[in-house]
Amino acid sequence: MAEASEKIEKKIIDEGLETGSKRLTEERIEKVINEVLSGETGARLKSYTDTCVHCGLCAEACHVYLSFNRDPKFSPAGKVKRTIGEMIKRKGRVSPEFIKEASEIASTECNVCKRCAMYCPFGIDTAYMMQTVRRICHKLGVTPLYIQDTAHSHAVTQNQMWVKEDEWIDTLQWQEEDAREEMSNLRIPLDKEGADFMYSVIAPEPKFQPNLIYQAAIIFNTAGCDWTMPSFPGWDNSDMAMFTGDLEIMARNKRFHFEAAQKLKVKRIVMGECGHAFRSVYDVGNRWLSWSMPPIPMIHAIEFYYDLLKAGKIKIKEKYKKSVTIHDPCNVVRGRGLHEMLRYVIHELCENVIEMHPNREHNYCCNAGGGVINCGPPFKKKRVESNRIKADQISDTGAEILITPCHNCHSGMEDIISYFNVDMHIKFISDIMYEVMEKQE
Amino acid sequence: MTNSANWDWGINDKLVADTNEWKDSYNWVEEFYTSPDGEKIAAVVNMDEAEFNVCVNGSAWEIDTPFEKAWALKFSQDNRLTAIISADMAWTVAVDGQLWENTFDYVWDKRFSDDGKTIAVAVQSDGKYGMSVNDVPWEDMYSFITCMALSPDGKMTSAVVQTVDLAQAEVFKFQEGCYTVAPNGKAWSRNFVNAWNMAFSPDGTKVAAEVRHNLYDYTIAVNGEPWDQIFGCVWCPIFHHKKGTVIAPVRTAGAWTMVEDGTVIWDRKFTQIWHQMVSPDGSKLAAVVAPSYGNWTIAVDGKPWDTTFGEMVSDAVFSPDSNRIAAVATENEKYTVVVDGNAWDQTFDMAWKPVFSPDSQYVASKVEKDGKYFIAVNGKLWGKAFDNAWEPAFSPDGSRLLCRTIEDGKYYRRVVPVSDIVS
Repeated sequence: MAEASEKIEKKIIDEGLETGSKRLTEERIEKVINEVLSGETGARLKSYTDTCVHCGLCAEACHVYLSFNRDPKFSPAGKVKRTIGEMIKRKGRVSPEFIKEASEIASTECNVCKRCAMYCPFGIDTAYMMQTVRRICHKLGVTPLYIQDTAHSHAVTQNQMWVKEDEWIDTLQWQEEDAREEMSNLRIPLDKEGADFMYSVIAPEPKFQPNLIYQAAIIFNTAGCDWTMPSFPGWDNSDMAMFTGDLEIMARNKRFHFEAAQKLKVKRIVMGECGHAFRSVYDVGNRWLSWSMPPIPMIHAIEFYYDLLKAGKIKIKEKYKKSVTIHDPCNVVRGRGLHEMLRYVIHELCENVIEMHPNREHNYCCNAGGGVINCGPPFKKKRVESNRIKADQISDTGAEILITPCHNCHSGMEDIISYFNVDMHIKFISDIMYEVMEKQE
Repeated sequence: MTNSANWDWGINDKLVADTNEWKDSYNWVEEFYTSPDGEKIAAVVNMDEAEFNVCVNGSAWEIDTPFEKAWALKFSQDNRLTAIISADMAWTVAVDGQLWENTFDYVWDKRFSDDGKTIAVAVQSDGKYGMSVNDVPWEDMYSFITCMALSPDGKMTSAVVQTVDLAQAEVFKFQEGCYTVAPNGKAWSRNFVNAWNMAFSPDGTKVAAEVRHNLYDYTIAVNGEPWDQIFGCVWCPIFHHKKGTVIAPVRTAGAWTMVEDGTVIWDRKFTQIWHQMVSPDGSKLAAVVAPSYGNWTIAVDGKPWDTTFGEMVSDAVFSPDSNRIAAVATENEKYTVVVDGNAWDQTFDMAWKPVFSPDSQYVASKVEKDGKYFIAVNGKLWGKAFDNAWEPAFSPDGSRLLCRTIEDGKYYRRVVPVSDIVS
């Protein structure tokens, strides 16, 4: 393994932060901060900021802090102090340069993974505070360029990747046609009213990884599922607007998503292997709209595969031989408690499973989620270097394959294993399931 | 509106087709669709690799060459059968087996006017996007299109279009406004950061849409002119069909209320408001609302029903006499129909949009329970269970109900006295 950098070598220039901050005035900053603090936060933020006793227990929970040689400024409490803490203390009277730095801290040095909240003796949720900083920075127009572009895509197309409506349908039909080479009567049923479930994915799948839709179609057809996908907007469950603090666009997209399912009269929504999208549909986006729980049951792919295997609807021809380890995505493990189901699924599919440590809800974050990887190329080196601890953790397993049912984890750890020369490949559950399952001719 | 007066209401049950026989004729038979009058049942069928056709009442469309692909099968309200098809590597619309003359690189989002006489689709050729209406494409095409709409009378189409080219990650150019609305393909002269979800005035002279001036300021624009009032968020506007005013839910200071031409008309706020609708006589305005977090119901002129539901209220509809409202409500993953704030006694695994009888006395709905489909009227289930069914329709005099059902693969058109179900 390569040695991790001890510091960020040079200042990162991001056009979104630079241009956005240059447009600010101190009067506008003060007005916006106080509007958000008084109008959009309440007892929750106050209790967090008033309760923290600076015990430092959160620090050891943070992969960024651990990866940067325990520099206190990268601890959760340190990041709070450098951002929302100062905003509150100075009653919003901070400079444009401060906002630029606060935006970079909140958007690229915290994955809102909530591991620190689990170790805080008071349960202080630093992720909530970092999200509040992002909301303020969004209101001030100072958000990293690439994730802002993604939020714009959500606003225009209701998907994350500027996928046009015809491209979406055409991709599904193309995957259906290709999959018929393998399974002659396979279907990807579009707009099938009254199906048991709507399958929803994130936009990178039709854009860059259509093989995942292909694999899902093979799995669902083999298992005899009654399923559908919408031909219209609402098919994408992802949500970078949630992470930029553009909560109105977040909500608009979640409305599209749930109303697509409602229009199709499905009984539930099964979503692909994505973590942040689960957070958006199961926790944040639905609640902004006043749905205290998803109005149509949401099932993550882990739960769905678990059910298929338990019910014997998918049979395993021969278990996967290579040694595998499991990375637990924050949003479906700390956020939903699916870690034991995940292990059941992996053990059903794989012969040699090596746990990384710590694991389950204590696992370290991938450092890609929470919108961090979506901040794009300017921050890539910093992002990778600030997760040396993850590289050490997965390298120590000696496993050949890392399985993680989350797109952000997947992409983030591809970068980590490449940068730190870890000899490992990364797969989704469906990659393995597709490979080892019994298939119909 | 569906004209059911000339449908055959004088019979009881009619076996229209035995779809079991279809399965022997084709590799596979896709989802079934039935005509509004119940006289036809159809499905996309596969004959061989990349060879598709449409089968209606057991007979395939007479076409020279099988389609490479057929999807989006649907009957129009005037009982014509339409599909989006690919033939000779080009896409178009097929209506009762006849193809439109114009072909495109892709076709999707098929819509019908209320009477079914107008068919509109979104089209793309050579990377340019627009709409085609009854086989007449828009003159102006755009680099991007979304939120396509067709007016209920079929006289107007509209979509959100992109009028300024954008390269990757040009976020500040985006925020200057690159999108607008194009009624009948002619873009408004003014751009917005975003525009969504349009409504058409009943006289066909106006189009209203949700717009965003920047990343924060939302309002409604009518014929390209935004209201002066700015809101934190807005949802889809509607036109009042009697007064011609524009009505929309808006969010201010973290709560939702209703505005008409920009002025607040409801004296209370909600945690959510959407799907507003004006009664047929124009006297009432109702909407799906959340009076408090996580509780859903219907509000009429700003006054919510006492009964609330924890998950969802949808598919609301006014009665013809404007005095009643029915909707679908969900609680604990079970569906029911709620009428004037009173939920039916039974719950279901799914319930479809309710329909009122012409005299507003009866409410009928298709419901699903334990994998079987039923027809229910005023909360009472008709005793027959079906493998599949479609939404029921009342006869013009309200005494009979048209039920379209499949049992053991056999499709029946059934005309049932309402009294048989409710008694």
